Amino acid sequence: MKADAGGPSRRAILKGGMAAATVLALPACETPTSGSSGGADMALGHRLRDGAFPEPVREERVPLLIAGGGVAGLSAGWRLREAGFDDFRLIELEDQPGGNARGGRNAVSAYPLGAHYLPIPNEEARGLRHMLRQMGVIVGERDGKPVYDPLQLCADLQERLLWQGKWQEGLVPRTGLSSKDEADLAAFNRTMADFSRRRDTEGRPAFAIPIAYSARDADLLALDRMSFAQWLDQQGWTSSVLRAHVRYACRDDYGTEPADVSAWAGIHYFASRRGFTADGSGDNELTWPEGNSRLTSLIADRLGDRITTGQVAFRARPDEKGAMVDVFDAQQGSSIRYRADAVILAMPHFIATRLLGEKPDAAYSYAPWLIANVTVDRAPEGKGSALAWDNVSASSASLGYVVATHQSDSHTGPTVLTWYMALSDMPPASARRLLVDRSDVDWRRLVRDDLLGMNPDLNGAIRSIDLWKWGHAMVRPTPGFLWDVAPRQRAAILPPFFRAHSDLSGLSLFEEAHYRGMAAAEAALSSIGHPHETLL
Amino acid sequence: MADASAPTERRRTALVGLLLASVFAVATCGLIYELLAGTIASYLLGDSVTQFSIIIGTYLFAMGVGSWCSRYVKRDELRLFIRVEILVALVGGWSAAGLFLLFPLVEQFRPILYGLVFVIGFLVGLEIPLLMRILRDRFDFSETVSNVLTFDYVGALAASLLFPLLLVPHLGLIRTGLMFGLLNVGVALLLLLLVPSRASLMRERILALVVMMSLIAGLLTAERIQRWSEIAAYGERVIYATSSPYQRLVLTRHDDDIRLYLNGNLQFSSRDEYRYHEALVHPAMGRVARPANVLILGGGDGLAAREVFRHPGVRHVTLVDLDPAMTRLFSQTGLLRALNGDALTDKRMHVVNADAFRWVRETKARFDVIIVDFPDPVDFSVGKLYTETFYRMLRPHLAPGGMAVVQSTSPLVAPAAFWTVAQTLETAGFQTRPYHVYVPSFGEWGFILAGLVDPGTTTRLLPGNRFLSDATARQALVFPLDMARRRVPVNRLDNQALVRSFAEEWARYEG
Repeated sequence: MKADAGGPSRRAILKGGMAAATVLALPACETPTSGSSGGADMALGHRLRDGAFPEPVREERVPLLIAGGGVAGLSAGWRLREAGFDDFRLIELEDQPGGNARGGRNAVSAYPLGAHYLPIPNEEARGLRHMLRQMGVIVGERDGKPVYDPLQLCADLQERLLWQGKWQEGLVPRTGLSSKDEADLAAFNRTMADFSRRRDTEGRPAFAIPIAYSARDADLLALDRMSFAQWLDQQGWTSSVLRAHVRYACRDDYGTEPADVSAWAGIHYFASRRGFTADGSGDNELTWPEGNSRLTSLIADRLGDRITTGQVAFRARPDEKGAMVDVFDAQQGSSIRYRADAVILAMPHFIATRLLGEKPDAAYSYAPWLIANVTVDRAPEGKGSALAWDNVSASSASLGYVVATHQSDSHTGPTVLTWYMALSDMPPASARRLLVDRSDVDWRRLVRDDLLGMNPDLNGAIRSIDLWKWGHAMVRPTPGFLWDVAPRQRAAILPPFFRAHSDLSGLSLFEEAHYRGMAAAEAALSSIGHPHETLL
Repeated sequence: MADASAPTERRRTALVGLLLASVFAVATCGLIYELLAGTIASYLLGDSVTQFSIIIGTYLFAMGVGSWCSRYVKRDELRLFIRVEILVALVGGWSAAGLFLLFPLVEQFRPILYGLVFVIGFLVGLEIPLLMRILRDRFDFSETVSNVLTFDYVGALAASLLFPLLLVPHLGLIRTGLMFGLLNVGVALLLLLLVPSRASLMRERILALVVMMSLIAGLLTAERIQRWSEIAAYGERVIYATSSPYQRLVLTRHDDDIRLYLNGNLQFSSRDEYRYHEALVHPAMGRVARPANVLILGGGDGLAAREVFRHPGVRHVTLVDLDPAMTRLFSQTGLLRALNGDALTDKRMHVVNADAFRWVRETKARFDVIIVDFPDPVDFSVGKLYTETFYRMLRPHLAPGGMAVVQSTSPLVAPAAFWTVAQTLETAGFQTRPYHVYVPSFGEWGFILAGLVDPGTTTRLLPGNRFLSDATARQALVFPLDMARRRVPVNRLDNQALVRSFAEEWARYEG
C-alpha cells in the first residue's frame, strides 16, 4: 500500500548523488576487494600440450566413448540415451561437467561462470525443443506452438543501457541521436528484418539457428567472405551509435570485433532469432540464476554414472576393431587405455587435432574472456530506468553485468552481479597472455572501477569479486570461417572418430554445441548399427 | 573647489545611506538564518521548544562573542565589514541546504548545527560594532547608536514577519537561505562599488562575485538539492530514519499523526490507517467460515495482523515480510507496538523475513485467509508479486473455502493498473470481487477479493469496527463510472504491463 509513485526516482537520485559525492571525496582510500580466481584447468591443459602423461597401465573396453563434458559432449550423451543406447562413457577433465556453461554458488545466490542464457529456440531447432520439453522448460503447447515456463523466461525488465549518464530500457540508444544516427539505425533495422524474413526456394531461413538449417544462396554465403565492418562501410552506415551497438553485439556473442567477424556472422546475430512460442514472447530469453549450468546440470543428472570426471584424453588412434583412446586419470595419477567401437571427441579443434596427432588448422582462433562474479550488499540502482537483468554501459569497455537473482527473487537486496568482458581489442594470443600475466588484484580493481563507473551507488557495497578466466572461450567466426573452414573440417571427420563442438559450426552458441552433439551421436549410432530416428 | 567636491560628497552620502541600509539587511538576514536553523532543527531533531531555545541562545551568545572580538579590529573596518558580509552570505546562504544534505551523512548532527549557528552569530555580532565605528565619523555618537539599533530592530521585525508568512510557505527553507545569502552579498557588492577607489579591493570583489554566483547556481538547482536532501521532502518531523539493504524507512510525527514512509512512499498515517486495515482484512476474514490459519504477505508494520487477531478463532498467523529492519522496528518500539497492539510479538504470530516470491514458491502450507499487502507496483521487482505466475503459485496455498485479498492501488488514480490486478487474478484461476474505500491520506483505494469460488457480496463483520459497517462493505463493491472496469492486459513476468500502466497513471495524476 502506498500513495506516491514518485518515490523511487527521488530515492535513486538521493543515493546516487550521495554516492557520487563520496566517491569524489575519497579517491585515494580504497579497500582491497577479496575473492577467488579460477578458470579452465590450465595445468592439465598445458600438460596436454606438452604431452607429459604416463603410458597406460591398464585397458578398458567400452562400446562408445565421449571425451569431453561440455555442452556438445553432454548433448551427445543425452542423444544416445534418447535412442535407448546406454552403453557409453563420458569422460571430462574438470571436476564438474558443463564446459562454458558451468556455474557457481555462494551464500547470496547461484551464478553463471560463463554462458548465461538461451534465446527461445527457433522453429527449426527441433532437437533442442525436444530436450527443453523433457526438462520442463517447455510446459505445454497451444496452437501447435510451445508454451514456456514463465519462471524460466527472462522476467521484465530484460535489458537497460547506460547512455549519456542515464539508464534507458533496451540496448539501442534512443535519445540524443543525430539525424544520421536515426537514419542509419532505421536502415539497419529494416535490412535485418528483411534478412530475418528471407527464405530460400526450399523454405530454409537465410539465417537459422543452428546455422546448419540456413539457406545456401550464393549471395548470402558471399557475406561470409568479408568482415562485418567492411560490409557496414559498403552500406554507408557510419553512424557511431549504430557501430557501437554492432560492436557490442559482436563482442557479446562472438568475443570478437566487427572488423574480425564475418558479415554473415554479424548479420546472423541480428537476423536469426525468431523464437517459436505460443505466448508471443519470441524475442525473449530463457535464463536461470546459475545461467546455462541449469541445462548442463539437468543433462548431467540424466547421464548419471556414465560420466567420469577428472579424466583427460591425451591420445586417440584408430585400431583394428575401432579406436583406442589413452586417458590420464588425475586422481589416480595413472593412465588407462580405452578401446571403443566409436569415439566422440567433444572438444575444441586445437585439442582434438592434438589427440589425433594431426596438425591444427591455422584458421581456428578463440576469443578469451574474463568473467567476474561480484557479490554486492545491495542491488544497483541508477538514474533513469530501473535495474534490469542485463545491464550494459555504452561507455564501458566491459559488456556490463547480469543480475543473478533477477529470476529467483522479487526484491532488490543483496545479489550477485556477473560481469563480462571479451578481451577483443588485441590479438587473442596477446589477450590470453594478459589474462594470465595481470595480477588478480589488478583485475579485481579493473572490475570494481568499471562497475562503479556504471553504478557509483555500489560504492562500499561490493563484498567480493570472484574472477573466472576463459583462455579459449569462443571460436571466432572470422571471414571465411563459417562456410569454408568449418565445412572442410566437418568433411574430414571419419569413423571411428566423431567430433562434437560448437567450433564445428563456428558460432559459440548453446544451440550449435547441442546440434553438433546430437549430430555426432547420431552418426556414431549409425556407424555401430544402433537404430534411431533422427532428431536433426 | 566646490564643483570638484560635489560628486564626492554625493557619493559619501550614498555610502552612508547604503551603510544604514546594510544594517537593516544584516539584521534581517541574521535573524532569517537563525530562524532557518531553528526550524530545521525542529524538523530533524524534534522538540521545537528545546531546539529554538538552544539556537536562539547560541546565536545571541555568539553575537556577544563577535561584538567583544570587534575590539581587536584596529583599522580598515570597512574592508573587514565587507569581508564579513561576504562570509555571512556564503555560510548563511548555504546553511539550510548544507544542513539538509549533511543530516543523513553524519553521525553527530548537533555539533555541526550549533557550530554553524555560532559562526553566523559571531559574524553578525562582529558586523554591528564595525558599522557603528565606520559611521561614527559621519554622525555624532548618540545619533549613530540610535540609527544602527533602529535599523537593527526594524530588520528583525521584517525577518520575523516575512519568515513564517511568506518565505517558508512559498520559497521553502533551502531557497530562503540562498535568497538571503544573495541579499548579503548584494550589499557587499554595492559597498565595493561605492567605496573610495584608493583602497584596493580587487580580492574582495572577486570573492563577492564567486559567492554570488554560487548562490545563484544554488537557487537555480534548489529543486534538485531539495530532492537530494530527502529529509526536506517530508512535510513532518522525522522521528526515525534508517536504511536497510532493501529500503529506506522513515517515520515522521506531527502531533498525534505518525506516518511511515518506505523509499519516500507513504505506507500509513496513524490518523486513518484503521480505515485501510479494516477494509483490507475484514471483508476476506468475514467470508471464511472459521478462519484459523492466516497468511499475511507484506504488512511488516503489524497493522493488518492487529485486525486479524481481533477474530477470536485465529490460531496461527504467518507474516512474510522481506525486511527484518521493518518487523524489528514494529515489534520493539513502544510507540509502534501501541499502534499494532503488539501483534508482531503475539504468541500466535510467526514472522518470516523472506522474499515473498521465493517463499510462496517453496512453502507447502495452506491458509484459510491470505492477505496480500505488498507495496504498490512501483518497479519491476515488486511488480513480480502482481503477476499471473505469482498468483498461480499462491492458489494452491488457499485452503478449500478460503479467501484471499490483494491491495491493488487506487482505482481512481490508476484504473488500468487496478483492473490489471483483477484481470491477472482471474487469469490465474481466481474468482474476484473488487471493492474500494476512501482513506483520506491515500485517497480512493482499491482491494480485490480472490477466491477459488465466487467471494459473493456478503461478509460477516465483527462488532467494534470504527469504519467498516455492513452497509459500507456492500457499498464498497459498487464502482462508479470513473473507476469502472475496462479492458486491460494480463500482468506477466516476462511482460510487466502493470508496472508500466501504474507509472503512467500516477505520473499523469501527479502532473
